[in-house]
Amino acid sequence: MTSSDVWGEKRKVEPFDPVSAIERREGCLVIHADRPDDEGRPLHYKVLNELVRKAMLDGETHIVLEGVMGHRYIASTANRKDLYIEIHGTPGNNLGAFLDGPTIEVFGNAQDMTGNTMNSGKIIVHGNAWDVTGLAARGGTLLIKGNTGYRVGIHMKEYAGTKPAVVIGGTSKDYLGEYMAGGTVVVLNLNGPAERSPVGMHLGAGIHGGRIYVRGKVEEHQLGPGAIMDQLSGEDAPELEELISQFERAFKTWVPRDWERWVRVSPASSRPFSGHYDPTSI
Amino acid sequence: MELEAPDRFRPVVDHELCRRCKKCVTECSFRALEFVDGTVKPIGGCVACGRCINVCPAHCIEVRQVQSMFPPHANFNERVRRGIMSQATTGGVLLTSCGTDIPYPVMFDEMLLDAAQVTNPAIDPLREIVETKTFVGGRKGSLDVKENGRLSIGKDPGPMVAMDMPIMIGHISLGSVSYNAQKALFAAAKELNILAGSGEGGLHKDFNIYSQNVVSEVASGRFGVTGDYLKSTAAVEIKIGQGAKPGHGGHLPGEKVSALISQTRMIPLGTDALSPYPHHDIYSIEDLQQLISVVKEATEYQVPIGVKIAAVHNVGAIASGIVRAGADFITIDGFRGGTGSTPRIIRDHVGLPIEVAISVVDQRLTKEGMRNRVTLFAGGSIRSSADMIKAIALGADAVMVCTAALVAMGCRVCQQCHRGVCSWGIATQREELVARLDPEVGAARVVRLFRSWNEELKEILGAMGIDSVESLVGNRDRLRYFGPNSKIAEIMGVKHVGEGWG
Repeated sequence: MTSSDVWGEKRKVEPFDPVSAIERREGCLVIHADRPDDEGRPLHYKVLNELVRKAMLDGETHIVLEGVMGHRYIASTANRKDLYIEIHGTPGNNLGAFLDGPTIEVFGNAQDMTGNTMNSGKIIVHGNAWDVTGLAARGGTLLIKGNTGYRVGIHMKEYAGTKPAVVIGGTSKDYLGEYMAGGTVVVLNLNGPAERSPVGMHLGAGIHGGRIYVRGKVEEHQLGPGAIMDQLSGEDAPELEELISQFERAFKTWVPRDWERWVRVSPASSRPFSGHYDPTSI
Repeated sequence: MELEAPDRFRPVVDHELCRRCKKCVTECSFRALEFVDGTVKPIGGCVACGRCINVCPAHCIEVRQVQSMFPPHANFNERVRRGIMSQATTGGVLLTSCGTDIPYPVMFDEMLLDAAQVTNPAIDPLREIVETKTFVGGRKGSLDVKENGRLSIGKDPGPMVAMDMPIMIGHISLGSVSYNAQKALFAAAKELNILAGSGEGGLHKDFNIYSQNVVSEVASGRFGVTGDYLKSTAAVEIKIGQGAKPGHGGHLPGEKVSALISQTRMIPLGTDALSPYPHHDIYSIEDLQQLISVVKEATEYQVPIGVKIAAVHNVGAIASGIVRAGADFITIDGFRGGTGSTPRIIRDHVGLPIEVAISVVDQRLTKEGMRNRVTLFAGGSIRSSADMIKAIALGADAVMVCTAALVAMGCRVCQQCHRGVCSWGIATQREELVARLDPEVGAARVVRLFRSWNEELKEILGAMGIDSVESLVGNRDRLRYFGPNSKIAEIMGVKHVGEGWG
């Protein structure tokens, strides 16, 4: 590099045009998130998300993101029911936040806060999805093939016709379903020994709506305050069967229907703290 | 025998003047009056809300504060003993509402403003322009100077919202107050061209017409938060804390989750609406930066994104982190701020007075070269235009006002909001009570209140010889401390009375 290059007098490099990251393929639009800019860096998340938003506005129904490497906030507030987003690589935190309708399929692992405050739609992860997956979701479905981290499915809520669900193929950590006010969490425990508990401590702490189904051992001491544990009943079958078959279709796998191994964790009350306060005016 | 504390208030009826219309009995939502043997009689439980006085056509009711029935003791005072008696009966955490009623020192009342004399001329605000327009949003922190000498706020200045006066109606949620109360506040904000907070719980569909004057709220419960809600409003505020309950979550009891609230918050009828104490996606400034960024992405960078925190002891460093995390505005809520329900222990004993918090934050951000990047709102008991002016001089760009707006609509600050039977139709969801508040009348009263405050602001600015409220922001040199504790003056960066500058 000559000194004149350093001072920009004779730079010949074309200015970076993010549109060059887009490739049209048969039936879909591909965005290469790893397309290097002038300085050899992959697309900034703002640039990638702007491209995705523009593609959605243009009416694309099948968007493929390739070479995703930790790009955050992908498809936040995306709201077209017929939209399918395919992600190859590792999306960053807050994938599909406030999602309202589309289907996102990740061929890799997702990071934290996947499906944050999602309203409707579907997120399928062919790998692990880590902490606070499905935070405060109000509708939609999250299917995770592998394991999840801490505080998954917390503060999910249901209202009228909408009801969120998180189905986890492997295991989850502590505080699964904390503050849950509605919706369904299913832990399938498909990848470990039968004697291992697939959930951590404080399961359903403060739960006041919704239900958590666990295929595998749960000890009484793992339950958080406000949570109670039962065997499955006939009423659980239709919803559980529906979610399990969605999982099987998404990952082309088979889940054993060994119901005697399952437990259901649900709220003891919809008013967990009603006796906690003294409303007397003094 | 029950060991209950005696009543603090008693309605007294002049039976000679009483017309036996029974209006006071039917209007008393606290059921403190009854009509027996042809006369109105108090039956206990009066909270001094004053509704009976207001509706009595014969003007024959007064509410008296009952002389203390406790043996005098300055240390184990009546308040302390009442708390003990109540908790020994219920075994619960004491709930209360509104801002703290403990007579802590108020530094607003211990400061005096300056005026222009001889060496700088005063301005007559009735005949000359005194600008009170206030812009809300992030700034680049720099100006571009063009060759022709014109100034511009630089490339890509980011979204801004203009308000006609430096007042924002704070976040009072539908749930904590009634449909009619929130409608009145929003209508007032639209009329005044200022902002009003939606509070947690989303925006009722009827209120979409006010959305350009509404600041939506993302609180830890994420109630009612959808992409459309965030995109529709003028600004978005991420609520971390509230002055009346720093570090505490929200708790709307099942009794208040009516059909209307259930629909707006999108939760089943009659269940508790619990907001977690922290946001579980924010455990650090870096995490806050992510929530700010995702909301910016969600709103496509079209609206300012702010963060509201309660004033706590390390507020300067926290505010600094919030600016670094990319917030366009910061709202600081002092410990005297109001609420529709909070544990009394937190309301009365946690936090920092707003006067100190504003000053500490303004000085810290200025020292770090970032003050010019954000709009700073301050709330937590702004009772009058004097408080507003002093808050701005201490370093706020604008103030956030809640209780004063509710008082304008009828609230008497009786601290019973959490019981959900507000006789003025404000802090209640009972339809027959809500109907008592006419939203148009309420809005008109709030409009008149804030217009008069803005006129008073102009009077003061004129007297100081300042022609724009922006020039008062952080102008602590125009304040003097006139109280007992000069250490506080030193911390606030305000000189003591008698200290000049020349």
